[in-house]
Amino acid sequence: MSDTPKELRYAKSHEWLRDEGDGTATIGISEHAQELLGDLVFVDLPEVGTKVEAGGDCAVVESVKAASDVYSPVTGEVIEVNESLDDAPETINEDAFGNGWMFKVKLDDATELDSLLDADAYDALVAEEDH
Amino acid sequence: MIYEHSRTGRRATAQTNPEMDKLSDIPDALLRKRPAGLPEVSEMQAVRHYTRLSQKNFSIDTHFYPLGSCTMKYNPRACNSLASLPGFLSRHPLAPDTHSQGFMACMYDLQEILKHVTGMHDVSLSPAAGAQGEFAGVAMIRAYHDARGDTARSEILVPDAAHGTNPASAVMCGYKAREIPTGRDGDIDLDALKQALGPQTAGIMLTNPSTVGVFERRIKEIAGLVHEAGGLLYYDGANLNAILGKVRPGDMGFDVIHMNLHKTFSTPHGGGGPGAGPVGVSQRLAPYLPVPMVDYDGTDYIWLTEKERPESIGRLSAFAGNAGVLLRAYVYARLLGREGMHRVAEFSSLNANYLLKRLMEVGFDAAYPERRASHEFILTLKKQAKELGVNTMDFAKRMLDYGVHAPTTYFPLLVPECLLVEPTETEAKEDLDSFVEIMQTIKQEAETQPDLVKQAPHTMPVRRLDDVRAARELDLAWKSDS
Amino acid sequence: MPFIPHTEDDIQEMLAVIGVDSIDTLFDEIPDELRCDELKAIPAGMPEMEVSRLMQARAREDGQPLCFLGAGAYDHHIPAAVWQLTTRGEFYTAYTPYQAEASQGTLQLLYEYQSMMTALTGMDVSNASLYDGASALAEAVLMAVRANRKSKSGRILMPRTLHPLYRRVTHSIVRNQGIELVEVGYDGKTGQVDTSVLEQYAGEDFAALVIPQPNFFGVLENVDELTEWAHANGMLAIAVVNPLAMSILKPAGEWGEDGADICCGEGQPMGAPLASGGPYFGFLCCREKLVRQMPGRIIGKTVDLDGKPGYALTLQAREQHIRRSKATSNICTNQGLMVTAATIHMAIMGGEGLQHMAAACHGNTERLSQALCSLPQVESVFEGPVFHERVLKLPLSAKDALKALAAHNVQGGFDLSDDYPELDSAILVCATELRGEEDIEQYRSKLERVIAAQVQTPCQLKPDW
Repeated sequence: MSDTPKELRYAKSHEWLRDEGDGTATIGISEHAQELLGDLVFVDLPEVGTKVEAGGDCAVVESVKAASDVYSPVTGEVIEVNESLDDAPETINEDAFGNGWMFKVKLDDATELDSLLDADAYDALVAEEDH
Repeated sequence: MIYEHSRTGRRATAQTNPEMDKLSDIPDALLRKRPAGLPEVSEMQAVRHYTRLSQKNFSIDTHFYPLGSCTMKYNPRACNSLASLPGFLSRHPLAPDTHSQGFMACMYDLQEILKHVTGMHDVSLSPAAGAQGEFAGVAMIRAYHDARGDTARSEILVPDAAHGTNPASAVMCGYKAREIPTGRDGDIDLDALKQALGPQTAGIMLTNPSTVGVFERRIKEIAGLVHEAGGLLYYDGANLNAILGKVRPGDMGFDVIHMNLHKTFSTPHGGGGPGAGPVGVSQRLAPYLPVPMVDYDGTDYIWLTEKERPESIGRLSAFAGNAGVLLRAYVYARLLGREGMHRVAEFSSLNANYLLKRLMEVGFDAAYPERRASHEFILTLKKQAKELGVNTMDFAKRMLDYGVHAPTTYFPLLVPECLLVEPTETEAKEDLDSFVEIMQTIKQEAETQPDLVKQAPHTMPVRRLDDVRAARELDLAWKSDS
Repeated sequence: MPFIPHTEDDIQEMLAVIGVDSIDTLFDEIPDELRCDELKAIPAGMPEMEVSRLMQARAREDGQPLCFLGAGAYDHHIPAAVWQLTTRGEFYTAYTPYQAEASQGTLQLLYEYQSMMTALTGMDVSNASLYDGASALAEAVLMAVRANRKSKSGRILMPRTLHPLYRRVTHSIVRNQGIELVEVGYDGKTGQVDTSVLEQYAGEDFAALVIPQPNFFGVLENVDELTEWAHANGMLAIAVVNPLAMSILKPAGEWGEDGADICCGEGQPMGAPLASGGPYFGFLCCREKLVRQMPGRIIGKTVDLDGKPGYALTLQAREQHIRRSKATSNICTNQGLMVTAATIHMAIMGGEGLQHMAAACHGNTERLSQALCSLPQVESVFEGPVFHERVLKLPLSAKDALKALAAHNVQGGFDLSDDYPELDSAILVCATELRGEEDIEQYRSKLERVIAAQVQTPCQLKPDW
């Protein structure tokens, strides 16, 4: 049984997104992604005010032996970043879907959310990748 | 830690004048207030400390070191002593040509030897290491396209199995790196290559034999396709040891190559360098070679600089690259001669194929069992990792306990749980046999007492290190309170 | 067969195991038409004895002239212990410490090196070396462009007082990434960066200002003022320093209010022989907040499973083997062995020992300058204070003078006329701690003769040496 939260949406590149309902969204990387990366040692976050595009890379998560780009699932402007990750990148390992959130975006176009995966579709994607 | 031997006021007194010259004409604001915080130790303390540190290393002189892709073969001592003759060591890099003819003769000869052994039209010795050679090579490809006004080319193709330096070098030259997949047989996926080629293709970077340890059989066809698309072929010389004197990159259709002299020409690896990465080119790229180069006018050796070669991509280091490394490679080339060079390819291939066969006999899986090994080969420990929970890293660490430096692990990235093994030609049969025994023993241990392997090494100066802590809690320099 | 241990029996047994009947069969995957011939153009092999004879003869050809050349490479005393230890096989024939547990010697040594370099330069962190001083500057420039996120121009201010070869190398390395190097002239009187020229760029978008100390003319720059100016104008300050000079001069980390942001340079004065220009090593230090923009290997101290201290490569996600096309640089192999020598050199010399050495260089150069300036029409060109080099103007063309001196077995200095034609017949001279009174007197008397010879043939425009 999967623990993938039902209320979130997902990108194929393993980011999750929570629609805050006020034209903004919170974004992080999935439990599966953090597991693949292993112990994170650094997170490079975008600056507040940066314009991000759906599918564009805007952050980096680093473990000892890998570094991976994080892509924004939506287009918009970064309005807040999780600065606590600077000192405690391991928060993502411990709580990827909660305290390990990375940044918040003010959406340009809320309809972009419709093209993202729901929890079941994302689980299916992960299961397929494991093969 | 050397600082732990430090005591205020202690000095290696034999090394300097007791009286210090005056600095009174230098304004006070520009001067340092107190001496730099270097260790204050006696000469003997330093000698003992660094001798002991050296003893914590594995090295070719002390251990079998089959580190794939790095060609850890015997570094003849003559190369070091002859490159360190006083006339060579004391030559200032900007010395007049009249005080440089001996050195320049060696450089000229080396250029010629490298030209012939690689089948290229011209060679520049100046790049300081393989990666700088790659940079020079791609920069020349760019200069060539630019000179013809063919400026829309924006991509360099690299196989997915390539060294990380390849895409990184392409980017340093302002190109995008585009990956080409490797086929199941270890050769390039030709269909994917055909799809990727186009008017945006500036060139392709290939290693042959490739990083998966096999010879790219359709190289002529690949060269034809790339040239047809208007691109150029770059040869990464990391694996030149496998074909030295047997096949020449120039004859395969490559336009530009680099060689790693610290691999193929046996100059020392020095704990991470210095290397030397000379580049060779076909005729059409010759004007762009990095300077300086050495020429011979029939009487004297002369330097070729920006003045004589205005189309050059320029200079990559202040002087003439790693000259001392080049001298060592020259001595090696003269000791070997042409017959010796053939033997390098022959015996490095013999050792690799023998070792592969023996390891397969005792139950290890080759990544490309149908293929002939080049001078190196890949084992995959996927089975062991899955069935026993003992992975490649565990095997590697346990090898250290048995006095063998581990092969390259987890490279190339496309083979899971891989070990890239390169025995080199200078190892004797009994050393290879003993490596097989060690591998067999570790395999048995993995089956019967997996924790012994998973906890390894047990006999090194330290046990496994906490890499995560090293990266999270950065401690990059000694401080008196730490 | 040099260095190949196989006996005929070995070969036969090995072929049998492989299941082929000849070594040549091992190459059967290579298309026949690609196989090359015997390579007759390459000379036949020679025994060590003969190669030794050849190399001895060639080394003798280059002689051992009296060297007053500096210009980026300096003839210093190196304690005998340095290279005896460095060429121990355990250092000399190891590679990059990929297996940390079997490479603690190299790793700890590199950590000690990083510690010493930060102490010397006053910076927070150091990497484990780059190729040489010039390419280290190129990497520093790339690093500054990445790190200065406020700057979008990709432009860098490069004083003409910086080594001309460093400027050329930097250009070769960074130009394909659209980075522009803008030159800043010098004050003809002092030989320092012309601050009035600099002022013209105030408020413009540049990623960094490069500050040499000492500069190429040997002159000391007003580093506090320049660093402050860079910071006030939103630029990073890149220090290019001589590490030996750092032993007596204000360290880059203390320049101005906040110190330089990046400090790089040529490590050769720390234990590397002149050796025709290499191998030397480039060093690169920076403020801690820039460490993730650094290229090259970095060693960190950590603990093992038992909590025992140990050393490992760290922050590897910056590097090409992990980050590939997005790495901070393509560098892989660096100059580890030279750093080994430098570390041992610095440990033996100590901070005070280096100060004595640096001060002796300074003293000897001043004595040389005075001796030469006692000759008619030889004069020092710049008024600014110097470290261990000085620009002198000669009464004859620099080329001719240096050629004549070379014939007397004296390397009299560096000819500035190609790179600084406005300085006319000027040369850059250097006397390290190795060039004492007698050597200086030799140079003076030879130069005196060279000048006299020129004066005696006044009708000849270009003397034929």
